[in-house]
Amino acid sequence: MADEIMLLDWWSSMFGMRVRIALVEKGLKYESREEDLNNKSPLLLEMNPVHTKIPVLIHNGKPICESPIIVEYIDEVWKDKSPLLPTDPYQRAHARFWADYIDNKIFQLGGKIWTRKGEDQEAAKKELMECLKILEGELGEKPFFGGENFGFVDVSLVTFSCWFYAYESFGNFSIEAECPKLIAWTKRCLQKSSVSSSLPDPLKIHDFVVQLRKKFGIE
Amino acid sequence: MADEIVLLSTWPSMFGMRVRVALAEKGLKYEYREEDLRNKSPLLLMMNPVHKKIPVLIHNGKPISESMIIVEYIDEVWNHKSPLLPTDPYQRAQARFWADYVDKKLYDIGKKIIWSTKGEEQETGKKELIECLKLLEGELGDNPYFGGENFGFVDVSLVTFSCWFHTYESYGNFSIETECPKLVAWTKRCLEKESVSSSLADPHKIHDFASGVRKRLGIE
Repeated sequence: MADEIMLLDWWSSMFGMRVRIALVEKGLKYESREEDLNNKSPLLLEMNPVHTKIPVLIHNGKPICESPIIVEYIDEVWKDKSPLLPTDPYQRAHARFWADYIDNKIFQLGGKIWTRKGEDQEAAKKELMECLKILEGELGEKPFFGGENFGFVDVSLVTFSCWFYAYESFGNFSIEAECPKLIAWTKRCLQKSSVSSSLPDPLKIHDFVVQLRKKFGIE
Repeated sequence: MADEIVLLSTWPSMFGMRVRVALAEKGLKYEYREEDLRNKSPLLLMMNPVHKKIPVLIHNGKPISESMIIVEYIDEVWNHKSPLLPTDPYQRAQARFWADYVDKKLYDIGKKIIWSTKGEEQETGKKELIECLKLLEGELGDNPYFGGENFGFVDVSLVTFSCWFHTYESYGNFSIETECPKLVAWTKRCLEKESVSSSLADPHKIHDFASGVRKRLGIE
């Protein structure tokens, strides 16, 4: 029996993008449903009653929530192709650690850059750059965070790269100037069709942020 | 060659206790080192340079940080005994979801109850805590453990907060047992396990500890 896979998503969500990448890496066909986050569907509310957030993966009618948990689930179920986590327990713990670091830092800091002004914004910029430098250090000379192959940490972080242009634009700074190796890594990832087909155009993200700022009265 | 296991932690930390429970479940011997968080050891700073937090597990010299990541590591390395995560991928995802829920909610809500100076924030904290615990109680259902018949990953993530319940109740002036009797029954069931009873701090000592911190912060 063929698997039925549905993804409840939102086009600009870096968390939803992670799931798209994982599904493509595994060569899986799925139905994508775009949610209206101001008018959440009954399906979303039923499938994720606890957080009522996207992304939600629905596999043969059963929901899985929280993007790193979904990615790990996909990796475990379809384990014969493109493994995203290593097999060694220490390396797995290491990968989970860095994915958790990304989850705790990048979204909030990036968000502050385009929603705040003055001192708050400057502090967020400084902290974001520190985090990206730490991640650049962790990447080292490897082609990917997963080593020779694209892996779990790469999936977790690369989806933020389409938001970099918006962060740089509203924060008035250049990520490439401070973290050239990290930007080189994002370009390397974008050569993979799983990544390039899952990430929206950074200019569209930028325009979306312009609209949000108008809506929230931030100018 | 025998494994060398060191745990850097602090005695009141519900996160550190999770690791102790997992190590005890697997029957592992380890060296415990109490950290002074106001004067962190060079070892802690070297082993967790990113967050500088406890707990840190050091296994044959290599550090693992973040309590649930540590627990999963322990479960994967010592997989011959007391499995904490199920084998089915869907059930594993569910377990990880609920442990993540506990992580996202309980600590910060508990902080509102114990460390806040404003009555409103404390009331909000109480309400939120009861809502979370009721949701978890619903997830437990009629199972003896969150892991089903056996004590598992979600049980480990939540039970260590139970020794802080008395402190939440005391400062919040409410009874968790009245609101969530099944959950409190579950904590007692867990405490019958030696891995849990030997790893959790005495609730009265936790209360004295919290009282000491509040005095130091000038809110007692």
